[in-house]
Amino acid sequence: MNAKSLPYILILPVTVFLGVFFIYPFILVSQQAFQSGAGVGLSNFENVFSHWKFPISLKNTLYLAAAVVPLQLGLALLMAVLVTKMQRGRDLVIYIWTIPLGISDLAAGIIWLVIFDQSGFLNSIMQSVGAIDRPINLLSYQSPGLVFLAIALAEIWRATAIILVILVAGIGLIPKEYYEAAEVFGANGWQRFLRVTLPLLRPSLSTALVLRVILAFEVFAVVQALGGTLFPVLMSETFKYQFELLDSGGAAALALVVLAISITATVAITRILRVPKGATL
Amino acid sequence: MIKENISILTPAQILQRHKIGRYLYRTLIIVLCAWVLLPLYLLFVNALSSSKAVNSFPKNFVPEFDFESLIFFSQFAGMTSALSNSIKVAVITMIMSIVIGAPAGYALSRFDFRGKSTFRLLILLTRAFPLPLLALPLAVLFIRTGLDDTIFGLALVHTTLALPFAVLITFSIFSGVPIELEEVAWTLGCNRLTGFTKVVLPLILPGIAASAIFAFVISWNEVFAAAVLTVENRTLTAFLLQNLDTSPLHLKFAGGFILVIPALIFIFAVRKYLFAMWGIANR
Repeated sequence: MNAKSLPYILILPVTVFLGVFFIYPFILVSQQAFQSGAGVGLSNFENVFSHWKFPISLKNTLYLAAAVVPLQLGLALLMAVLVTKMQRGRDLVIYIWTIPLGISDLAAGIIWLVIFDQSGFLNSIMQSVGAIDRPINLLSYQSPGLVFLAIALAEIWRATAIILVILVAGIGLIPKEYYEAAEVFGANGWQRFLRVTLPLLRPSLSTALVLRVILAFEVFAVVQALGGTLFPVLMSETFKYQFELLDSGGAAALALVVLAISITATVAITRILRVPKGATL
Repeated sequence: MIKENISILTPAQILQRHKIGRYLYRTLIIVLCAWVLLPLYLLFVNALSSSKAVNSFPKNFVPEFDFESLIFFSQFAGMTSALSNSIKVAVITMIMSIVIGAPAGYALSRFDFRGKSTFRLLILLTRAFPLPLLALPLAVLFIRTGLDDTIFGLALVHTTLALPFAVLITFSIFSGVPIELEEVAWTLGCNRLTGFTKVVLPLILPGIAASAIFAFVISWNEVFAAAVLTVENRTLTAFLLQNLDTSPLHLKFAGGFILVIPALIFIFAVRKYLFAMWGIANR
């Protein structure tokens, strides 16, 4: 074993594994999506797109991502700045704020069900302050706004931590000298944040946003736990096509739709937040 | 700027402003901690109360420490086997992603080789794809190969999810060990293998453990692929998802509790490594 071939031997297992379980399935899923009956065509897509639930689930998925991701980004930036300034108790606060990182979307949905359920804590609080007489069903088809709010809150609660971790790591990489220089030139805290932290944080922001946006398009279990069939999203429709309608061609077509949206978002985010050449740290 | 401030404000005013700022800062941190902890606490209240208390109204904000819900959960048909399936899948995922991923992490941190950037791109690319969707075509493939509805089949998919992270995390951990240490070991009579096992391995073991735990958590929490790929041998998340419509509230809350507890422990165990893992994995 010589030093030239060693790195290739070391990366071989990963390459083979990802080839078999990442690239090959994507070829399969594309084949499935374009295959219908005997021939090749777009009929799976036509079936899926013409289903009355498709526009709703697409709209729900996109709206949810649009409502949740910017708020999470703002919240994570605030938390990251607060925690980098901290001297005492930093470890404890970071631990608390990153707990949701380990919690599954299903568990997060169940956690917020504890609050929003008919016999839940929100009803209890509202009654004790006299806003309502008896518990009302908050998560019903009569209150789509509340269903959306509950799902959005659960998503913000669960998945802000991943952005936070990436941003704190990114802020840690910014050399102190930049801040010292900014201070010498009389920049106040807000200016230092806008002119030093934010621009130098671009690579981290881009990583965090890509990761987060793709997860937002994959939203599934939170929605199942809180909204059930009241709030169809793309992934729950995909699941339905596979299991209730037993139409794996339709499921594959929907999977490609999710994939297409994810890739579009990834390209857009990396373009917008691209670091100009020669301007790296 | 400092001069200006002094000319406008008296020292007492400055001190007061400072105090208000500090007060605000602390309140903000406490509020944000409460935002994370309060929903968790409410879940614990419900999980540690009897089914009567869970369904009653208005609610008590203190748990009764009644284990009825949890006992009901443990006796619910199929729940314990789902729990043990979850653990088995997660353990297999953990082992496979480290055994397969760590060598690649080492290669990335120690060698410059042709195709390195392409390889890194492949790893990064996987994160730009909605991976759970892979379960759909694999479901068909697994039926043909006899892997359908097996623990190992699901673990293979979960390993695909965890592997990119394992590579990037081990890459950043190996990069933290200076190559000079290895070189010294070689001059002192170690070969590449013994130099690795005697010098590098002891240094990186905690980091490797942290990334293994991370792989475990990814598998433990995964819902979509688990629900697609298992029928009889459901994992805990798939089982709970399947029974969301029909199961009583206290069963859901007890299930949520069981899902959350390992997360609390695992994040505590890897907390030191979270940022090291992401700092380099970032770029």
